[in-house]
Amino acid sequence: MLKIKDLSVAVEGKEIIHDVNLSIHSGETHVLFGPNGAGKSTLLMSIMGFPKYTITKGSITFKGKDITHMSLDERARMGIGMSFQRPPVVRGVKTRDMIAACLKQSNDSVEIAKLADKADMSDFLERDINYGFSGGEIKRSELMQLLAQKPELTLLDEPESGVDLVNIALIGNLMNDLLEKNCPIQVRKCMGLIITHTGHILDYVNARTGYVMCDGTIGCVGDPHEILNTIRERGYDECIQCYLGRIPPND
Amino acid sequence: MTKKTSSTFQEKAKAAIDKKAALGEDIDLKKYTGKDSEIPYHKDPSELPSDVKERMLGAGVILEDTSQRSGTYLQMDNMPVHYSTTQEGVEVMPVSQALEKYDWMPDYWWKAVAVDQDKYTANIELNNYDGYFIRALKGQKTVFPVQACLYLAKEKMVQNVHNIIIAEEGSELHIITGCTAAVREEFGLHVGVSEFYIKKGAKVTFTMIHSWNPDTAVRPRTGAFVEDNGLFMSNYLLMKPVHSIQMNPTVRCVGENSTVRYNSILVAVPGSSLDIGTRVLLNAKGARTEIISRAITTGGDITARGYIEGNAPEVKGHLECRGLILGEKGSIYSIPELKGNLANIDLSHEAAIGKIAEEEVEYLMARGLTKAEATAAIVRGFLHVDIEGLPPLLSAELKKAVDASEKEVM
Ligand SMILES: Nc1ncnc2c1ncn2[C@@H]1O[C@H](COP(=O)(O)OP(=O)(O)OP(=O)(O)O)[C@@H](O)[C@H]1O
Ligand SMILES: [Mg+2]
Repeated sequence: MLKIKDLSVAVEGKEIIHDVNLSIHSGETHVLFGPNGAGKSTLLMSIMGFPKYTITKGSITFKGKDITHMSLDERARMGIGMSFQRPPVVRGVKTRDMIAACLKQSNDSVEIAKLADKADMSDFLERDINYGFSGGEIKRSELMQLLAQKPELTLLDEPESGVDLVNIALIGNLMNDLLEKNCPIQVRKCMGLIITHTGHILDYVNARTGYVMCDGTIGCVGDPHEILNTIRERGYDECIQCYLGRIPPND
Repeated sequence: MTKKTSSTFQEKAKAAIDKKAALGEDIDLKKYTGKDSEIPYHKDPSELPSDVKERMLGAGVILEDTSQRSGTYLQMDNMPVHYSTTQEGVEVMPVSQALEKYDWMPDYWWKAVAVDQDKYTANIELNNYDGYFIRALKGQKTVFPVQACLYLAKEKMVQNVHNIIIAEEGSELHIITGCTAAVREEFGLHVGVSEFYIKKGAKVTFTMIHSWNPDTAVRPRTGAFVEDNGLFMSNYLLMKPVHSIQMNPTVRCVGENSTVRYNSILVAVPGSSLDIGTRVLLNAKGARTEIISRAITTGGDITARGYIEGNAPEVKGHLECRGLILGEKGSIYSIPELKGNLANIDLSHEAAIGKIAEEEVEYLMARGLTKAEATAAIVRGFLHVDIEGLPPLLSAELKKAVDASEKEVM
């Protein structure tokens, strides 16, 4: 289980996330909506443990352990994995090397070939990671790495943005593998937290909880399909009202 | 060496014997002895002492099983101690012998490198030093490389070599040169003149691995001519400690559509000072060049130079220098220069120096690697350059050499 309690996060001295509370139980996938600049990516980066994101208040507990001050790589080894919205190009490091790293430094070429085939990335194995990759290729590559890593908690930052309709199905299936197929229901431990603007991924993963984030705070909690419909019809105003509603009246 | 090539060279050399090199710390040649060590000829080089063989192996020269080599030349200090070929159409011999054997040798003597370039070249001429002669006959395509090892055995020794490499029309020649020294506390000096002649349609790959001592100074002097449709590909690897190296080879593309590729992988540890450049003159229509260098300092100083001159229409050249500064000390000075002498040319360069990007390290850490593992993976990637057109066997050799030296960097 992932438990986030009263979490505030600052980036370069500026507080961006304020008092966020959120829990994901084993086997659940939650969805995070919210307008541009709301702080969604910041929240994911903070859960992953990037050093630039300073936790100024609150705590993160994962699998019963307080990881608030645990380093990025320790968190990864504990079972947290994340797809990057804009991963860096690393010249000289091949896509193959990245998968090997995700497979706990194992160079199992059969396994690597299988994963690449599944993500339709076979032609990319000998290429420098992310170098000249198109937007959709980056998404596939990120999911392929996560499939190798097999995290218990998967954090996906807009996995479907910029992906064409044919590739959406491929991406959707990869996510389904990651969060469901690879985790048999009886013993399902996989957890997911997915940022999306379009909601397309709701067709591929079984998500029953959604949040709307505005100005660094979680405003609404509810069924993700309903939230999506509200946003489609009325934009984020509803969310903001819901958020304002929680602020105690002045006098 | 007995046979004099020309008295004019001797005169020019005499006039230049005190001429300091344009670049690099000046070295007092009197500090070194040039006297020959008494090292006998070895018919079977695998009989050399095991410590010598091990050092040679560290520079890519294999003596135990030479089935993947088409020829071998070994020189210790100033003595050729072994030379042989297993490939028909490939000649490997001391240059002194080639001077006796071929009356056309003057056509290739001090033509690609000027005898009076500086005191180092002059000294070689005045003292008639030996070196290797490697030649691929017309149309001869070799698969396995010829290996040459220049070995500095005695302390306080100056090793001087004068090498001539000729690839006749349509031939293909691969050379691995390992330059190394016995493990010594004392200082030593290596000066090597290499003249390359790459004829029409010929292809030469030249992979040079330097593995010296912290007190060795090195002054290679290299020049090359590349004719129509010829290809010259040079890979230089220096990852071990050295006191000071300065070289700035000049390649002249004199033939139409000739191509030159230069790759250098440089590591400067504390106490090492490297000044390494490449000059390519694109003198014929459609000539192309690509010069790539990767420089890492863990505390030493590196000057990485590159110079491309476009003197003919439709030439194309690109310079790329990337430098990584690992640790607190050390410097990298990148000097890319382009000179265009007419409109219809395309020359460009890019250079970037810095530490490893935090963001890249974190990306790998998010996949479970520790900070040290992530850094190592990025450095390894930086050093392993994919060299377009290098035959797989040579790529594998180069990779092996990089792997073997990687620990020095980490
Ligand atoms: N290094 C930084 N310094 C200052 N402000 C930052 C920094 N990084 C992020 N921010 C700000 O924090 C806010 C939240 O950014 P974040 O990337 O988390 O938004 P988001 O919800 O993921 O938006 P989007 O939907 O556009 O991806 C933005 O206003 C952003 O400009
Ligand atoms: Mg974002």
